[in-house]
Amino acid sequence: MRNYFPLLLMFVVVAATVGAIIVLSAVLGPKRRGKVKDSPFECGFQPFQLPTDRFFVRFYLIAMLFILFDIEVVFLFPWAVVFKALGWAGFWSIFIFIFVLGAGYVYAWRKGAFQWE
Amino acid sequence: MEIAVFLFLSGIAIVAAANILVQRHPIYSALSLIVTFVALAGIYIQMHAEFIAVMQIVVYTGAIMVLFIFVIMLLNAGAEQKVPDKVHVVKYFGLPLASLLIFEAGLTASRTFDGEGIPVESASINLSGNTEMIGRALYTQYALPFEVTSVLLLVAIVGAIVMAKKEL
Amino acid sequence: MEALLKLLSDNVAGYGSLASPLQYLLPMVLASLCCIALVALFPIVAVYAERKVAAHMQDRLGPMRVGGWHGWAQTIADGIKLLLKEDIIPSEADRVLFKLAPLVVFAGGFASLVVLPFGASVIVSDLNIGVLYVVAISSLGVVGIIMAGWASNNKYALFGGMRAAAQIVSYEIPAVMAILTVVIPVGSLSTQEIVRAQEGGWLGIGNWFIFKPVTAVAFLVYYLASLAEVNRTPFDIPEAESELVAGYHTEYSGMRFAFFMLAEYVNMFVVSAIGATLFLGGWNSPVFGGPVAFMLKSVALVFVQFWLRWTLPRLRVDQLMYVSWKVLLPASFVLVILAGALAVR
Repeated sequence: MRNYFPLLLMFVVVAATVGAIIVLSAVLGPKRRGKVKDSPFECGFQPFQLPTDRFFVRFYLIAMLFILFDIEVVFLFPWAVVFKALGWAGFWSIFIFIFVLGAGYVYAWRKGAFQWE
Repeated sequence: MEIAVFLFLSGIAIVAAANILVQRHPIYSALSLIVTFVALAGIYIQMHAEFIAVMQIVVYTGAIMVLFIFVIMLLNAGAEQKVPDKVHVVKYFGLPLASLLIFEAGLTASRTFDGEGIPVESASINLSGNTEMIGRALYTQYALPFEVTSVLLLVAIVGAIVMAKKEL
Repeated sequence: MEALLKLLSDNVAGYGSLASPLQYLLPMVLASLCCIALVALFPIVAVYAERKVAAHMQDRLGPMRVGGWHGWAQTIADGIKLLLKEDIIPSEADRVLFKLAPLVVFAGGFASLVVLPFGASVIVSDLNIGVLYVVAISSLGVVGIIMAGWASNNKYALFGGMRAAAQIVSYEIPAVMAILTVVIPVGSLSTQEIVRAQEGGWLGIGNWFIFKPVTAVAFLVYYLASLAEVNRTPFDIPEAESELVAGYHTEYSGMRFAFFMLAEYVNMFVVSAIGATLFLGGWNSPVFGGPVAFMLKSVALVFVQFWLRWTLPRLRVDQLMYVSWKVLLPASFVLVILAGALAVR
């Protein structure tokens, strides 16, 4: 527990430093606003439209698969730590776990879920 | 000191949780949820549940929030519009149900747990955190539920692909 | 941390008579200040070094004027210039999130420094979840990037942010699995324990994980994935200038832009330092151990990042996804199984 206090303090010190830098830059920097300067970036012309279109479903699929494999990895960590005490029993239980998910992985591959076209 | 940190963290968690409901734009709600999760992770650390704290951040803020935000982008959900409430059920049942939930939470909190779960040895937990204990319990006592989890994840993979496939 | 406390109480007269919370607070503040110094100085040196490395690889000289000798003061001048620039917030942007995003990204890079084992006792805090903590913090950085992309309300920024998120997320699993292959033989998540497990061996380097069969391949997987996680070439499509201008930080200027730059270089250092901790023996060295060895190894890995950046062209999005999901992911699965089978016997 005591090990985690530096973390909290670190965040406080960082927040103070970063805040000070931002304030400093706001004080030192010029403030000359203009309609053109404040418009969204585009290569020399007015943007035709702001990004309001729907997004590609591919992103959703990637995020979904990521969650599933992430959860799997999460399960592997407690195993890796007590691994030596568990021996082969632990190894086989993880092997089955990864094997079952491997089936899901093969399914995803065959269905073209990893294909970005 | 412990109490002060706890109050600080739980204060953040509660304010952020309330903010999820108050905010009109789904992105703001999603980001408030992240703040709540990070504050909760801090509370887990106070309870010596470091592994749970990290999982909270890795799985919820890292993975699930990215998914939420992608879905918001996918649906192009803008700021919420105010619609006159036509469903009266919400009005009449909301408050009683909420108070029931709070009552139940209070009841659970006031009860002391005995004899359940794994004995906590604070000396060993200080050294290695609870990662080892979770590992030991998960791969001996709860090995079968753990294996079933893999099937659950398999079903989820298939489900995610089938649902997204229609759009591809 | 404890070492700093001991140093203070041994060498500063009357330190022991200070109030007890203050006794603990002072080393913590000093440690945080050291980290801030590292975060401020490393990018200054690294940006200069990268420009020089790039220049010499392309047969030019790079910055030569500012400060006299080989333009050594170039990045300091750049930093001052950024500080003096206007902080432009586009009219269409979401002001709150736009202002907050660079700070979230920066804090993410910074917070990882806590667990880096610079030396046997030179570490801010030896957390018992060490390497997992770094993984968690890096996933918080993704949130900042998405915030920046979305809040800018500009199509280049939004696409950059989304691509960055998808990419970081895709490469996180191989990276974490590669870390696992080291955790399995060590049996601990603490960065110090991992370094201590690599002590000794043939010539004092024999126990480094890079010289063991499974973890040697894992090092390759980790290094590739870490390049992608910090958006470095050949995985820099989130900020591909030819199509996305500058990606998620297109709309940023002045100090807020500088925070993105600082975060990028700090993250480069962090992933290299973690690589050095896990696979290159950390502060162990046959000649001289400690912080110097650790820094040299980390900086060497950072140099390889420069080298790759100025050698390789950028991947396409589909190639990027191919590498992570169809090459690195199955490879890391196999590596974890192999590491397990080897360690259990």
